[in-house]
Amino acid sequence: MNTVIFRTVAPFLTALMLLFSVFVLLRGHNEPGGGFIGGLIAVSAFAILGIACGVAAVRRALVMHPMSVAASGLLLAVASVLPSLFKSQAAMTSQWLEFTLFDTPIALSTPMFFDIGVYLVVVGAITSIALSLEERESD
Amino acid sequence: METILAITVGAFFAASIYLMLSRKLVRVLMGIAILGNAVNLLIFTSGRLLREVPPIIPAHAYVPEAITANPLPQALVLTAIVISFSFFAFFLVLGYRAYQELGTDDMLEMRVAEPVNEPEPPLGY
Amino acid sequence: MPFQGVEATFWALLAPFVAAAFGPWLTRHLKHNAAWILAVPPAAIFLFFLSFVPEVSGGAVFRASMPWVPSLQVEFSVFLDGLSVLFALLISGIGTFVVLYAGGYLKGHAHQGRFFSFLFLFMGAMLGVVLADNFLTLFVFWELTSITSFLLIGFDHLRTASRRSAIQALVVTGAGGMALLAGLLLTWQASGTMEMSQLLASGDVLRESSLYLPVFILICLGAFTKSAQFPFHFWLPNAMEAPTPVSAYLHSATMVKAGVYLLMRMHPVLGDTTIWMTVLPLFGGVTLLVGTFLGLRQTDLKLVLAYTTVASLGLLVMLTGTSSAEAIRGAVLYLFAHSLFKGALFMAVGTIDHEAGTRDMRYLGGLRKAMPITFTAALLAALSMAGLPPFLGFVAKEVLYNGTWTLGSGAAILTLVAVAGNAMMFALAAIVALKPFLGKPVDTPKHAHEGPILLYAGPVVLAACGLIAGLFVASAGHLFADPMTLAVSGEPVHGELHLIPAHINAALFLSLGTIALGITLYIYQDKARAFASKTLETIGWGPDKGFDQFINACVILASKLTRTVQTGSMVTYMRLTFSVLLLVLFVPMIATASWPSLIPSELPSVLESCILALALIGLYAVLTAKNRVTAMVSLGVSGFAVAVIYFLFGAPDLSFTQFMVETLSVVILALVMTRLNLHNKDSRGSAAKLFDAGLATLVGLGFTLALAGVTQQPFDASLSEFFTQFSRSIAHGRNIVNVILVDFRGFDTIGEISVVMVTGLCVLALIRVRSNYTPPADPEANKAEANS
Repeated sequence: MNTVIFRTVAPFLTALMLLFSVFVLLRGHNEPGGGFIGGLIAVSAFAILGIACGVAAVRRALVMHPMSVAASGLLLAVASVLPSLFKSQAAMTSQWLEFTLFDTPIALSTPMFFDIGVYLVVVGAITSIALSLEERESD
Repeated sequence: METILAITVGAFFAASIYLMLSRKLVRVLMGIAILGNAVNLLIFTSGRLLREVPPIIPAHAYVPEAITANPLPQALVLTAIVISFSFFAFFLVLGYRAYQELGTDDMLEMRVAEPVNEPEPPLGY
Repeated sequence: MPFQGVEATFWALLAPFVAAAFGPWLTRHLKHNAAWILAVPPAAIFLFFLSFVPEVSGGAVFRASMPWVPSLQVEFSVFLDGLSVLFALLISGIGTFVVLYAGGYLKGHAHQGRFFSFLFLFMGAMLGVVLADNFLTLFVFWELTSITSFLLIGFDHLRTASRRSAIQALVVTGAGGMALLAGLLLTWQASGTMEMSQLLASGDVLRESSLYLPVFILICLGAFTKSAQFPFHFWLPNAMEAPTPVSAYLHSATMVKAGVYLLMRMHPVLGDTTIWMTVLPLFGGVTLLVGTFLGLRQTDLKLVLAYTTVASLGLLVMLTGTSSAEAIRGAVLYLFAHSLFKGALFMAVGTIDHEAGTRDMRYLGGLRKAMPITFTAALLAALSMAGLPPFLGFVAKEVLYNGTWTLGSGAAILTLVAVAGNAMMFALAAIVALKPFLGKPVDTPKHAHEGPILLYAGPVVLAACGLIAGLFVASAGHLFADPMTLAVSGEPVHGELHLIPAHINAALFLSLGTIALGITLYIYQDKARAFASKTLETIGWGPDKGFDQFINACVILASKLTRTVQTGSMVTYMRLTFSVLLLVLFVPMIATASWPSLIPSELPSVLESCILALALIGLYAVLTAKNRVTAMVSLGVSGFAVAVIYFLFGAPDLSFTQFMVETLSVVILALVMTRLNLHNKDSRGSAAKLFDAGLATLVGLGFTLALAGVTQQPFDASLSEFFTQFSRSIAHGRNIVNVILVDFRGFDTIGEISVVMVTGLCVLALIRVRSNYTPPADPEANKAEANS
């Protein structure tokens, strides 16, 4: 699998897939998609990069340890439970903030942050699994 | 249509159980992977089937215009797929490490927790 | 909580536990002198309860409560009457001197602080037992005394004998505790109250209840195990493995009397029935005779005392069982006297052991010059135990003889047993108090000399109390014994107690007979000892041995059972699991004879048929694959087919997820497979294959039938409709599946992503952690090596 073509194409492919995964994540509330699917696409992206260029390259690209990514995701998901409490509503009641920026309607909401949390947990945990398996492969 | 899928689900279960009963690590792992699919299909089918209408509300409406597929089992199965995958990965690594440490892939020979000639428990205080 | 009045009892209950927390710290700084400070709380508790005596002796009772588990109507309540106040005074008063004594006895011991801690825990628990009004409170403290007793007996945990005795005491008293709990719960059911004070006011309710017999048996089991009645007596002598302060405190003066306390407490509602007046005197009398007889053969002074304690407990149970006010008055006086003299004697024997290095009477003698104070204390206590005037023991004996004698000719056997038992106790008292001190001085392992004040304060004060109470028996009886008798027997006693009998009566002659018999026994003690030893050797088996056999049998049975059920064969476990699953699937269908039809109502389209066929072919290929790569690819094929099925039936989200998951599964499977040389070959025999295939097919068929049956029932879509209706209007999302995941059922999703996270961590740990495990060497190979 270590062909030159694959190694050259892999980083671009990874970048493209990551971009796509974020797209799938964000459209998930209204169209097919969401945090789970987006996360799995991102994991595939990292897996491809790992197979082509080695685990070290993926770790560099991720900056954080994958489990830290997963942990911050879980934290974000749990944190999105809290805002409703400040408004004396039941925990996890969704909060929406809608405004227009440069003529584009933008809607920020706690379910969106929750979904981002799901995305990060899936990316982090499963990338961690895949990387540790690939690593054993290389040594 | 549900009946035909029920038969398929039965076939998935049968294959997975047959694989899990064989003593080889690899076959047990594959059995577990198939078991995940079998259970997911079971939940999906028990929510009734409807062809080609995803549970998505059109942009201009507040409720779907026509009857759609049942969203509830889909939500259940979606997380189940991810979890069964992470468990499959876990079992895979567990089996892999067990093979490394014990030097066997035969279930009958993996007897660290319950050795064959376990000594009698000590009597007295 | 106020600091005075009955409410302050809660503070008194709390104080020992506070002392238990600070004991080790104080001991670390002050060494054994911490005992002087630690003796303050029990002394304060003693004075506190003493303040209740004037009112309680007038017949007053007090009650205080705090909510504990309000939803179950369980209160934390205390109840003070003549019975509980006298017990509380004994516990705190003797406790004060035991703490001082422990300061001297364990001087310089590395774990003296821990010892104090256990001792105070026990003190708090025991106070709780006698003060508790609520059944559950009583039970909790009762078990706590068993546990602290376990800790104290096993204090010297490096010795096997200590461990054995501790476990034995815990098993016996703990089992009794379970019986007690059952008994109390049945009492609750029968009487409708959980408060002792209300139960005592309920009159004949319990006696007339159909649950009377089980309640009686269970309460008796609890009391007999705790108070070491035959045949449960064996744990008490073994408990002498504990340091002497423990023996003096728990195993003679207080804890073992908890059983007697319970019987006395329950007497007004359980007593005065034929079975009560048969069972209690029977077991009590047998215990009295067995205890003294076994005590006769001992040469270890502490064991002699232990067996006389067993005997005394038997006497108390026997007297409580007569249900006569006069006999119970005797029991109360005897209980009072016994706590004082036995506590003092134990401490004196402990001092001998501590200063002379042995407590075996064969190697002791002539210590009166070296240890005059201890000798005096032991002598005073022994005179009370022997029942000689002017000690409290004498009055107690007079009253109890009078009590049994006035029961009538039918109960003559009780009088006879009491005389025989007391005569043997007389002899044993003489042995303990005279043998080590009189005669020619003998060389002892340590050079004997008088102990420090910490060691002799306790015996001297307790022995003196026995004398003073005897001299002023009229006031002692009025203040302490009569209110307790009233609480136990339910009827007031008449007549003052006199040290000098007012007129010549049967009791006096019985006392004289006892003394004469006792002196004879003392003179012929060697012959008696030889006879007792010979008898026991002839019998050759006792409950003590039986306990070991019981425990060993339990261990062996458990190991046999484990090996039968857990064969260690993974395949067997799996087959069992799936067989049970098979039963679960088929039994309801067979029982209700509801077989779904397997004839499809509509036929699948061509595309659907192709995809379903692909899935089944994939499965078949996995099953029959000759090598790993084929198997992996086939697994992927069946997985992708499932993804397409999801897509065809309106689930694009599932479909995408399944595609990604299948891809990643195959990738990581490949990563592992290429590294490991794992075989895909099925190594089962044909018979096993046939069996497994049959089992798998049947389970698969079961699932097919169950699923078909479910889908042929009408569908309740209310939940799905709710989500469909409100997905956009409330949650502002048009993808209903996603809205369910992140909004409606968000908490579930948090749980699920946590699971994903945890598996990630587990995999990381599994990969990173390297163990030092080496496969066990083959025993056959070792043998061969040894032979060559």
